[in-house]
Amino acid sequence: MTIAAAPRMSLFPRPLPALEPHTEAFWRACRAGRLEMTRCNACGWYIHPSRPLCPRCRGRDLSPAELSGRAVLHSYTINHQAWFPGQPVPYVIGLVELVEQAGLRLTTNIINCATERLAIDMPLRVVFEVVNDDVALPLFEPTEPA
Amino acid sequence: MSEKPERHAILSGVAQSAIGRRLFRTDLDLTCEAALAAIADAGLRPDDIDGLAAYPGPVAGPPGFAGPGIYEVQECLGIDLRWHLSGLEGPAQISPIIHAMLAVAGGLCRHALVYRTVSEASAAADTGRLGIGVGSHEIRGFGAFMIPFGAMSAANWLALYARRHMHEFGTTRQHLGLIATTARRHAALNPKAIYRQPMTMDDYLAARMVSDPFGLYDCDVPCDGSTAVIVSSADAAYDLPHRAVRFEAVGTAIRARPSWDQWGDITTMAARDAAEQLWTRTDLRPDDVDTAQLYDGFSFLTLAWIEALGFCGRGESGPFVENGRIDLGGPLPLNTWGGQLSGGRLHGFGFVAEACRQLRGECGERQVADCEVAVVGVGGGPVAGCMLLTR
Repeated sequence: MTIAAAPRMSLFPRPLPALEPHTEAFWRACRAGRLEMTRCNACGWYIHPSRPLCPRCRGRDLSPAELSGRAVLHSYTINHQAWFPGQPVPYVIGLVELVEQAGLRLTTNIINCATERLAIDMPLRVVFEVVNDDVALPLFEPTEPA
Repeated sequence: MSEKPERHAILSGVAQSAIGRRLFRTDLDLTCEAALAAIADAGLRPDDIDGLAAYPGPVAGPPGFAGPGIYEVQECLGIDLRWHLSGLEGPAQISPIIHAMLAVAGGLCRHALVYRTVSEASAAADTGRLGIGVGSHEIRGFGAFMIPFGAMSAANWLALYARRHMHEFGTTRQHLGLIATTARRHAALNPKAIYRQPMTMDDYLAARMVSDPFGLYDCDVPCDGSTAVIVSSADAAYDLPHRAVRFEAVGTAIRARPSWDQWGDITTMAARDAAEQLWTRTDLRPDDVDTAQLYDGFSFLTLAWIEALGFCGRGESGPFVENGRIDLGGPLPLNTWGGQLSGGRLHGFGFVAEACRQLRGECGERQVADCEVAVVGVGGGPVAGCMLLTR
């Protein structure tokens, strides 16, 4: 009997977000199918990643608020480089701007979209990829069907 | 303005260790080689050194990234110190040089040794270059919002900036290619450069993609090597065996969210703020600059620095680099040692070393004629620091 070598990708687990004090609520909301960010109750500013202080008005009365999940594509890149052995490529990394606030962005993946269709300013909506019991990743797909 | 701290310090010495792709020497060994050579270059003895600083110090990072900590180097050199510092946070990789200038000007020390050492090429010999966060199950800090999406390299983070710049201003891959091919032509004149064979625009465009619009030749080349400089009190200039290099102005500002993806206008970078501050600290103007040594960890960063420093208007850096403007013999000779794209990823300090050598007139075939003013801009995205140096 021959024992095949283990595939090298097994040495490299998929890196996932840690649940940290200021970020746990974001990832757990994604897991529950909601895009939520910390919002300042005094001035209405969304704060992402979450912080204990509003950087605009320095207010401390903050709470989670649900967003529509709608966004536009601010920029994108097609990654061709495998960053660890066994990583599937290519994939699309998008920088999306959420419609609720100028400059409020997520680095994410654009899915269900042919690369020829990718265009800056194209409308997108969130979809959640569940990765474990605690975390789902917010990914984005075109709002308009192909 | 005459009392600015820049006036009270000089760059009295500069040296580099062997530089290569697979040297398989320790960081500490490379650092000692560069340090002793820089001390000798300044006409000093190790016992004259009373300040020590480095970027980044002993931090967690990719293999071969951090280099030795300052206490290892102090112990190795057997020196007593009146001032010492290292750190990852600050105005880019040249932060310890800027802070050494302030420490010398403030009288905390008289001769500070400042170094940056990398061994990223040897460290990656067995694995190839891995992404940031590879091997971790759980990503903490800002990377948690990028790395799980496969944005595992600054190549990805900055490709997003470059794409947006192309969208807003019509910048092209050929413009990026002019940064890479010009650097390669200059590297051919630098015996210590990593890549010296000719590269045409067709070669550049035919290279495999990494993270579009960045192909292989838009990304700098990991290497092994150490660069050391000596920052001395300005009155030491009279004792030097060569011309002193003077600090004219520095720039350290950052005025937007210090974040890769929440940075407000991603067609700009922190370079914009550091450069703006630099020009408030001098009467010299961009037209006075004889050579520009501008960070090229990725080709696009150099375009961002050209705009930030006001060599052209916003969005105009692509057309600016056409028609030989950045070649040796052109109006703004750029990255005359080959930059990090061809000279090796010495992580900021390669630009400082070249600026010093150009100002001292020691560059041989690649010497810029009558070089009196050099600008050094280091960093990308939300990281930037810059210095205007004169002879």
